[in-house]
Amino acid sequence: MNDNVLVRLKGVSKAFDGEPVLRSIDLDIHDKEFVTLLGPSGCGKTTTLRIIGGFVSPDSGDVEFSGQRINDVPAYKRHVNTVFQRYALFPHLNVYENIAFGLKVQKVKKDEIDRRVKEMLELVNLKGFEKRHVGNLSGGQQQRVAIARALINRPKLLLLDEPLGALDLKLRKDMQKELKRIQRETGITFIYVTHDQEEALSMSDTVVVMADGAIQQIGSPTDIYNEPINAFVADFIGESNILDGTMPCDFKAKVAGHVFDCLDSGFAPGEKVDVVIRPEDVDVVDVKNGMLIGTVSGVTFKGDYYEIIVDVQGFKWMLETSDFVAEGQTIGLHIQPDAIHVMKKSEYSGKFGDYSTFSDEMDHLSDVVEEEE
Amino acid sequence: MNKTAKGPLSRLLAAPHILWSVLFILIPLAFVAFYAFTDNDLHFTLTHISEFFTPKYLGVFLRSVKLAAIATVICLVIGYPAAYFISRTSPNAQKVLVVLIMLPMWTNFIIRTYALSEVLEVINNAIVYLLSLLPESLVPIALDPKPDIVIYNETAVVVGMVYDFLPYMILPIYSVMSKLDYRLVEAAQDLGCNGFGVLRKVVLPLSIPGVLSGITMVFVPSISTFYISNQLGGIFLIGDIIDYYYYNNNHHFAAALSFVLMLILLAGLILMNRFGDDEKEGKR
Amino acid sequence: MKKNNFLANFYMFMVFFFLFAPIVVMILFSFNAGKSTSVFEGFSLTWYAEMISNEAILEAVRNTLLLAVTSSVISTVLGTVAAYGINKMRSPGVRATLMTITQIPMINPEIITGFSFTLLFVFTGTILHFSETFSFWTMLIAHVTFSLPYVMLQIMPKLKQMDKSLPEAAMDLGCNPVQSFFKVELPEIMPGIVTGLIMAFTLSLDDFVISYFTKGSGFTTLPILIYGEVRKSVKPDIYALATVIFVTVLVFLVLFNMLSTDEDAKAKRQQQREKARARRKHAKEAHK
Repeated sequence: MNDNVLVRLKGVSKAFDGEPVLRSIDLDIHDKEFVTLLGPSGCGKTTTLRIIGGFVSPDSGDVEFSGQRINDVPAYKRHVNTVFQRYALFPHLNVYENIAFGLKVQKVKKDEIDRRVKEMLELVNLKGFEKRHVGNLSGGQQQRVAIARALINRPKLLLLDEPLGALDLKLRKDMQKELKRIQRETGITFIYVTHDQEEALSMSDTVVVMADGAIQQIGSPTDIYNEPINAFVADFIGESNILDGTMPCDFKAKVAGHVFDCLDSGFAPGEKVDVVIRPEDVDVVDVKNGMLIGTVSGVTFKGDYYEIIVDVQGFKWMLETSDFVAEGQTIGLHIQPDAIHVMKKSEYSGKFGDYSTFSDEMDHLSDVVEEEE
Repeated sequence: MNKTAKGPLSRLLAAPHILWSVLFILIPLAFVAFYAFTDNDLHFTLTHISEFFTPKYLGVFLRSVKLAAIATVICLVIGYPAAYFISRTSPNAQKVLVVLIMLPMWTNFIIRTYALSEVLEVINNAIVYLLSLLPESLVPIALDPKPDIVIYNETAVVVGMVYDFLPYMILPIYSVMSKLDYRLVEAAQDLGCNGFGVLRKVVLPLSIPGVLSGITMVFVPSISTFYISNQLGGIFLIGDIIDYYYYNNNHHFAAALSFVLMLILLAGLILMNRFGDDEKEGKR
Repeated sequence: MKKNNFLANFYMFMVFFFLFAPIVVMILFSFNAGKSTSVFEGFSLTWYAEMISNEAILEAVRNTLLLAVTSSVISTVLGTVAAYGINKMRSPGVRATLMTITQIPMINPEIITGFSFTLLFVFTGTILHFSETFSFWTMLIAHVTFSLPYVMLQIMPKLKQMDKSLPEAAMDLGCNPVQSFFKVELPEIMPGIVTGLIMAFTLSLDDFVISYFTKGSGFTTLPILIYGEVRKSVKPDIYALATVIFVTVLVFLVLFNMLSTDEDAKAKRQQQREKARARRKHAKEAHK
């Protein structure tokens, strides 16, 4: 990471019809970075992107680009290009004309346009598609055209608004790699909006987690995963067991009636905290070796591991284990000090309960709702 | 979330059209109302309006309503099955048939109506000739002088209205039916409806919007026609009266007639829309 | 089922017989050697020759075309711009009110629309002391007004269907709002504009009632001329004229239809070719 700040948002707020969507956002985006804005629908991530793109003007606060305030610069004068959610390809133009659009507007010479379109088609693996009508392309191909159409203008910054949302899973995975490669090859800063945490973790240099119109945490994917700042981030990124606990002293955390060794410090003695323990960090052991004892209440086979729900004193934990355990079996849980992550209490504490109501089906349902938005 | 930075400028683009609409739609209608309630010196008067409700003009008006209503019902009875049959043919056949339905609309209606009067004349002669072959005791009417059976009477006017405005009934009904999801018909058959049941339970309710707009599109020009009645029937309908007073420069009375006709049609339209809405409510 | 089909075909035949019988009579008698429109005295082209040499008819043709072209172009431009502006309005109430007002001439009886124009023009003419109020211009205003709703009803749905992010994408790629309109939005709604233009043109061409109430003495269109002729006594030259118009419209419609089916077929063939190409490629890859 370097200190070269490309985009800076200072105290940016926005409300639609009196409904606040962004509450005083501060954000620095560095040159050549792959930044992801991650959050559930309605968290303000798309609005943030549209403010940077110039499609929405903030109610208050400043947007700076390379140190210049650009609040009043219209979208068409910004050196920023966008890949839209549903591509927004021009239906009346073919692939070549779509990609060449930006250069034609700038009145670039014909032979240079030819050369650069060719270059772009190569970059996005669409050689030979020039004359094709965009309506006849598959979702993935349309996606590539949208990227080429934006990149041909050599923007300093590319904005991508859930660009893979309309693709099926397999294609999504391929395109993730593809986008990462393109970003590395071109060295252009990417700001990528998604509600898919897996996508965010696998592609980004920096992840910005947003909720309720505010930034919750900014950090590298590993930081965000391993050191979530509050219950919201812990819950949104990956699976996690979030328990109420206290810190009797540094390097000790009391959870579920058991005092664990941990690596966290700097809390007031006896301070109430949220404790995060990831499902894959808990070892299933014999009852006699267990730090906690629980009863297995559900088992789901996931291919290379089992996902089990364990009832420990009424709190349902989610665990991942490679050894089969039977429903109704009593087991011991063993947790290493580095598996425990302690967080300060926040407004999100207690909002995310245990896994007593968890089911895969619910997960899919929430996905559908997000698609519709 | 979808708000774009659209300036007030793009909304100003509607301004010329708003100005045009006010100048050439609303103000002319205001003139109709104004003239209806004033005399030649532009003083307020109810004379013209109240004259509309004298037996002479009320009779003409009721006669117009009667003939237009009959013509509309006949158009519906003829047009509905026609629209249904067209919508059931292959897409290419549909295209050809729709063009054929529209073709007469693009032939000048005065010439068409005149030609129709010639056809009716021939048919009339033929009927009279056939009647003359029968024994005299069986013929209910006198054949000398030559009687007008299908010409120069109300029947001829209704035939003229049906002839001129039938396409306006067929096309809107067809356009609703052609968009009708055929899977609904299959579903109904699957649930045990026979051909007629499908028509009554599925096609009919879904085609109501087309029927309503077809009725408006036939009834409004029929009731206000001012050439068909004269050419085919030799009778005067409300449109002919308006034309007569317009032609003879009694604009105030023509305005009063127009004004009342407009109000009555407006009331009818509102009633019908209510009915259409109820239909929709009922379906839900 | 067979019987059903036969009944349906017979029914449709009767409907078309009814619709076309007078037109057939009209075409037949346009070739009449005699002067009558009810007694056929033999085939001749006299009336066509007569029509072509009739200066009044030729002038009416020119006037009708002039009026149809100008009024349809004006109403299309005005209607496109207005539809665009109305579509951008935020309040649904204002949008609905404007559309309702625009549609009044579509719903109101033509005789009332026409007569309301008479009153407006007479009144303004009197106030401004025009010696000749009614002219080409009054007819033009009337024709633009009654074709506007038809034009706008063609364009509105196209605007509503258009992907809202297309203009944004255009601006993102460096178009200012004006360029975005001409390069992206206009081509998108073009089919609606063309249909609207054709509708406005044909409506103007065929209009009698409203023209009748707004006509000037020096400017006669075909429908007005025909009305005048029919009131006197119809000679077959009017039939000849109507036949020529009928055939023109027929040819025009057939061409229009063939063109559009041609386009459809072309698009379909293109799609099939591309599908086949993709399949071959797939097979090749699988082979490897």
